[in-house]
Amino acid sequence: MTKNNGGSKAYRIICVVVLIALAILFLFPLYWILTGSLKTPNAISSPIPQWWPQEFTLRNFEVLFSKRSAPLFEIGSLVGPTVPGAIRWLINTVFMAVMAMLLTCLTASMAGYALAKKRFTGRGIVFSLIVAAMALPKQVILIPLIREMSSLGMYDNIWAVILPTVGWPFGVFLMKQFAEGIPGEMLEAARIDGANELRTFTTVVYPMIKPGVGALAIFTFINSWNDYFLQLIMLTSSSNLTISLGIATMQAENSTDYGLIMAGAALAAVPIIVVFLIFQKYFTKGITMGAVKG
Amino acid sequence: MKQTMSPRLRRRENISGYLFLLPSLVFFLGFVVYPMVSCIYLSFTDANMDANTPTKWIWFANYVELWQDEVFLKGLWNTIIIVLVSVPVVCIFSLWVASAIHKMKEGPLSFFRIVFYLPVITGSVAVTVVWKWMYNNYYGIFNYLLKGVGVIDKNINWLGDPKYALACIILILLTTSVGQPIVLYVSALSNVDQSLVEAAEVDGATNTQVFWKIRWPQIMPTTLYILVITTINSFQCFALIQLLTSGGPNYATETIMYYIYYTAFKLYRFGYGNAMGVVLAIFIAILSAIQFRMAKEK
Repeated sequence: MTKNNGGSKAYRIICVVVLIALAILFLFPLYWILTGSLKTPNAISSPIPQWWPQEFTLRNFEVLFSKRSAPLFEIGSLVGPTVPGAIRWLINTVFMAVMAMLLTCLTASMAGYALAKKRFTGRGIVFSLIVAAMALPKQVILIPLIREMSSLGMYDNIWAVILPTVGWPFGVFLMKQFAEGIPGEMLEAARIDGANELRTFTTVVYPMIKPGVGALAIFTFINSWNDYFLQLIMLTSSSNLTISLGIATMQAENSTDYGLIMAGAALAAVPIIVVFLIFQKYFTKGITMGAVKG
Repeated sequence: MKQTMSPRLRRRENISGYLFLLPSLVFFLGFVVYPMVSCIYLSFTDANMDANTPTKWIWFANYVELWQDEVFLKGLWNTIIIVLVSVPVVCIFSLWVASAIHKMKEGPLSFFRIVFYLPVITGSVAVTVVWKWMYNNYYGIFNYLLKGVGVIDKNINWLGDPKYALACIILILLTTSVGQPIVLYVSALSNVDQSLVEAAEVDGATNTQVFWKIRWPQIMPTTLYILVITTINSFQCFALIQLLTSGGPNYATETIMYYIYYTAFKLYRFGYGNAMGVVLAIFIAILSAIQFRMAKEK
């Protein structure tokens, strides 16, 4: 820590005051969601805002859970008991984000290692293709993707959201950055010891890139949870929605019941914020490593 | 056959390299590269949503139609405004916040980093619906506060008024765009060579001089990266429009991305929508190239 770098003392005090004011502004929407979800309909629709709810109620959550029932799960012909739609949407969302995360981490760590450490023919071409794809707007490919998914029979299926998420090359790029740091001598030593390729990967490579895998896992989980556009165009039937989509649909149907909508928004936002807070250290690392030499 | 590697080793590297690459390559080629190629192909056809109906090759008809389509031109214009406003504001704002916080202790530093990232984590749907409530004509807090301060004397229908709607959208977009740039700038600023900073201070350089002569050149690659990602994000502004205004009132908030969605899913004109997608991709590619060129010259 070097002292006296941030200018005069007065300037630094002003900075801190402005920062705190900005922090309050940035936190306010979240505060408004959480308190709004616990306010009575009268408090919500009053022209004079209640900065803190005068009367707490669970009415909004009760309404939310009374809407649109769906089976808890459907695996083949096995159908679970009927539950509120919002519960099913949460389960769909968790399933989607976890599958996208696991598949991305597995495929990207293998591919990142190959691109960083293997000298195979065509390596340069594959890598250029990946970098070029990353610079393109992701949303542009979604329209052709719908036709592809419907010809594969996967339209309105949660896998239609998972598979494109796994294909997005950011993960491979990130894992390559981490795998560059593995010393060649360690791989050489493993080979001399007679370890086969798979064993080298699990015992030498994986432990070295583990922080990177952590970063990629949390990154993919959060991005997949919040990728509203992809979910919107791929999923249509009520029991296949994700929580974001479900809230958006409710918003379109009950556009004036802000208490109900805030309860839905809280249900969509709180779990992912908790996940983020727990793993935010890895997250920061993922963002910065993904940008190096970007 | 070749220099240092024996043919056997080379074959081994080829086989194992591609085996490790294969799972990822299947997803990448299948769900990214193939749709990209078919996006270009479909933009020359009159395709609709159903992959089974025959499509007709119509050459550049979609591209010609674009430039006569007033809604598209309006959407393009609005998108350019969004980019021109949000890119500089995001860059300057996040650089200022990052320079103010990067020398703080670990605790306050991660507090501010998290706070500015929260709108991204909260998710576009939750963020959008709460802003919709705050902008509301009758019981939104904006009208209440601005009337209280005396800036306005009667309620304004923020999202329903063509004069304000786009500005309201841009404001939300800004709060959800600064999180990642701040994280990147904090990390770049703490990687600046400290001995150079100290040497300059010994020589009597002012803080402003230290910033422009030493820090700014060293964080240039980060600035470039932030310019590119912010441009791409602003071009893709969609959820806000779809949930708040549907492009209205009177196309005041129409953007290219929303119009692509509208053409493909409400009008079922996939070919035409893809032509817009290709134009959007070309725009972004040109802008990124210009930004890279500018940064290189410096």
